[in-house]
Amino acid sequence: MSSSNKPVVVVIGNGMVGHKFCEKLMAASPSFQIVVFGEEPRPAYDRVHLSEYFNGKSANDLSLSMAGWFDAEQDIVLHVGDPVREIDRTAKVIHSRKGIIQPYDFLVLATGSAAFVPDIPGIEKQGVFVYRTIEDLDLIRAYAREARNGAVMGGGLLGLEAAKALLDLGISHPHVIEFASRLMPRQIDSAGSHILEARLKKLGLQLHLNKTTLAVEGEGRVKSLRFADDTSLDLDMLVISAGIRPRDELARLAGLQVGTRGGILVNEKMQTSDPQIFAIGECALVAGMVYGLVAPGYEMADVVAANLAGGHKTFTGFDMSTKLKLIGVDVASFGDAFVGEPDSRTIVFEDRHKGIYKRINITGDGTRLLGGILIGDAAAYNMLLQTVNNRLPLPPDPEDLILGSRGGAGSGAGVMDLPDDALICSCESVTKAAICQAVSEKGIETIDGMKKCTKAGTGCGGCVPLVKDLIAGELKANGRYIRNVICEHFDQSRQELLHLIKLHDVRTYDEVLGRWGKGDGCEVCKPAVASILASCWNDNIQQQAVIQDSNDRYLANIQKGGTYSVVPRIPGGEITPEKLIVLGKVAKKYHLYTKITGGQRIDLFGAHVSDLPDIWEELIAAGFESGHAYGKALRTVKSCVGSTWCRFGLHDSVSFAIEVEERYRGIRAPHKIKGGVSGCIRECAEAQSKDFGIIATEKGWNLYVCGNGGSKPQHAQLLATDIDQATVVRLLDRFLMFYIQTADPLTRTATWLNKMDGGMSYLKNVVVEDSLGMAAQWEEEMQALVDSYKCEWKEVVDNPALRQRFVHFVNAPRKKDPTVAFDSMRGQIKAKEW
Amino acid sequence: MESNAKWRLACQVEDVPSDGGACVSFGDEQIAIFNFSRRNQWYATENRCPHKQQMALSRGMTGSTGEQCEPKVACPFHKKTFSLVTGECLSGDEYKIRTYPVKVKDGKVYICA
Repeated sequence: MSSSNKPVVVVIGNGMVGHKFCEKLMAASPSFQIVVFGEEPRPAYDRVHLSEYFNGKSANDLSLSMAGWFDAEQDIVLHVGDPVREIDRTAKVIHSRKGIIQPYDFLVLATGSAAFVPDIPGIEKQGVFVYRTIEDLDLIRAYAREARNGAVMGGGLLGLEAAKALLDLGISHPHVIEFASRLMPRQIDSAGSHILEARLKKLGLQLHLNKTTLAVEGEGRVKSLRFADDTSLDLDMLVISAGIRPRDELARLAGLQVGTRGGILVNEKMQTSDPQIFAIGECALVAGMVYGLVAPGYEMADVVAANLAGGHKTFTGFDMSTKLKLIGVDVASFGDAFVGEPDSRTIVFEDRHKGIYKRINITGDGTRLLGGILIGDAAAYNMLLQTVNNRLPLPPDPEDLILGSRGGAGSGAGVMDLPDDALICSCESVTKAAICQAVSEKGIETIDGMKKCTKAGTGCGGCVPLVKDLIAGELKANGRYIRNVICEHFDQSRQELLHLIKLHDVRTYDEVLGRWGKGDGCEVCKPAVASILASCWNDNIQQQAVIQDSNDRYLANIQKGGTYSVVPRIPGGEITPEKLIVLGKVAKKYHLYTKITGGQRIDLFGAHVSDLPDIWEELIAAGFESGHAYGKALRTVKSCVGSTWCRFGLHDSVSFAIEVEERYRGIRAPHKIKGGVSGCIRECAEAQSKDFGIIATEKGWNLYVCGNGGSKPQHAQLLATDIDQATVVRLLDRFLMFYIQTADPLTRTATWLNKMDGGMSYLKNVVVEDSLGMAAQWEEEMQALVDSYKCEWKEVVDNPALRQRFVHFVNAPRKKDPTVAFDSMRGQIKAKEW
Repeated sequence: MESNAKWRLACQVEDVPSDGGACVSFGDEQIAIFNFSRRNQWYATENRCPHKQQMALSRGMTGSTGEQCEPKVACPFHKKTFSLVTGECLSGDEYKIRTYPVKVKDGKVYICA
């Protein structure tokens, strides 16, 4: 407190809003001396994320940054653990509990609020807590160790947060007691509450609505609650979260005007009845309203700071929109959430099965969005809020806003269409223009960088997804190339890693990770590298079972309930009666469900993991081999019956399909590969919907590539016309090796082609004209893979060490998973619903 | 955590593959044990993935995430990932799985459950 000529601003209260005020005032003007008094023993901390204190965050993690506060030019003094006792408005001084007498020119009250504790007999008993400060949380945590069951009084936002905290502390089914007939009565409507209740019950909360508590009972410590409806509830601890009460006692004492139901009365400049004294945050009563959220408090802090620094700013109410994740359930409420007829029209979507509720309120003429409620899925929140705040025009079918456009427009569309002055982060008042500028002018590319640069996303964090979309959108608009590295453990793309692995003759995942990666790998890079290793060397993937994706690890497809399905290869879809009988016998013996697949084979479902080797032993003995239905590999080559039977058939499509399927069986690729061979132009094998399709012509065969069925069907494109069988195989060898070596992980041939510069004409040049000079090498590499093929199931069946791994319990190898259960349908089993 | 937790023999070291998992049966409980041999660490969690209540975590891929290399496992069903240390879901959901202390002595794996 050296420089004494500066006017002194005393701030009472060192919570989030008091802290923000200091930050804003220091930024606005250097010509003040600031003295802060805080009641709590520690400097300001992040109260919004208080419940994270219970799942591992320390008090330090939650503390708010004071970086730069105590630099030489700044004039700020912080007294923690020293509450102000009295304001002497005549002498313009305050008296602290520790005896400090501090004169002021301006006084800012940021005293916040306290938990509202209802006046119920017995509420003072041991085991009753409020949920407000880190100290409260420490007390709750200590007591919860001894407690078996607990309840929260209050089903509002904070009450449900508190219930989550009890869950985190090991109270398995906490009760929530709410006086009103629904949860979160300020934010959501009854229908939304019903959905939220169902979701929370599933997560272990026991909800009691319409409950008026008459007494807290027990000898000294709480034992039970008695309610007005003559029921009672036994419990060991009770956390009260029934709302807030503004801390206005100091203001009352000083003779400042307060509201009848509490709160320090202020005007739109946040001035109290004494013009030298301001009140901000949850202690202030502005236009009849106490704001219990942090964002409006920040806005009030900004108003006072701006006016002290000579500017003109007023507080004109605040958007109370909010989005949060309550115990894993999205809940959001924005704009005017409750307005109904006749002022607006309401569109409601309710899905009781998935626990989703969405409501939007639009103007009577259907041109603008007024507000709404989202439960269970709040992905659209940010865009909807922006639509309200920026008065964006509604689409012709406003229901698209909550149902998604059924025309198939990509997600995230529209972010870049927001006006430049659209407020993206309302806590920190950051506009779209500021974020885009940070990207294009300051080179910010990550959300962390953006937080440091603009502070966007550092308050409640609700805008983070929108900020990410804007960063990506702006990067793209600037034509920036975003490199496709595999995951956080590798800085290479799949193609780069494949080249390195081949060049250095590396055979194991551990060596790949050791040479080029970092950390311990993950579920993204392990299967990607496993696929590369298999494509390069064709070693049995069971030698490195733990890096294989779910299905490759057990060489079978995991299904609902944890059993597996078994698909033997039936090349070209041709099967003898003897083999059909074997399939039927095996299915009966192991109680399996049987179904014909889309690829002309037979799938046997419901096999226990420990039965898989026995099942395969029988199938192999009958001449079957693995169908690789579990792998990112060739699945089937579908065929029509062709010239051997069909009166239209030009060539023998079945024989050719079998030849091709047996050539490429077992070869691992970035994604699955399907083929088809049709005996004439009628195309009964649907070959043009496959990764490669071969169609008979009068003069030979036409070869099509990069088709796809699935969610985004795409016709295959013509690669070569009227070629003989040997040429088809040669071109296929090249095409497949080109794909295997250059596609990103989990990219089908169709998507790979769509992303390829030059598209089909480039692909044709490379594969048919050999423009890269790779053809000979690719054909040779493919031949090596073909020659090294072995049925991986046969290797497992014949190898006791590998076989031994197919158990559910390692300490009880014969025991099957007792949680596996089946229902029955049409005379067969089916997996129990999850 | 239950107060009657005690050290129990789960399996032999060689029952659990290197950098992989295996499931052991304890009465009605199923516990997934992970041999994080890259870092010479062992972890144990419940075998049930809370997302769809499937007994599958022991069949998941292990790995780590972040600067601190938080060890994790990915459920084979929908790739929800969980910290092997805290049991917290790392892929954005608010699930949490139970974790158990593990010790290895004379080629045997014990867990405290």
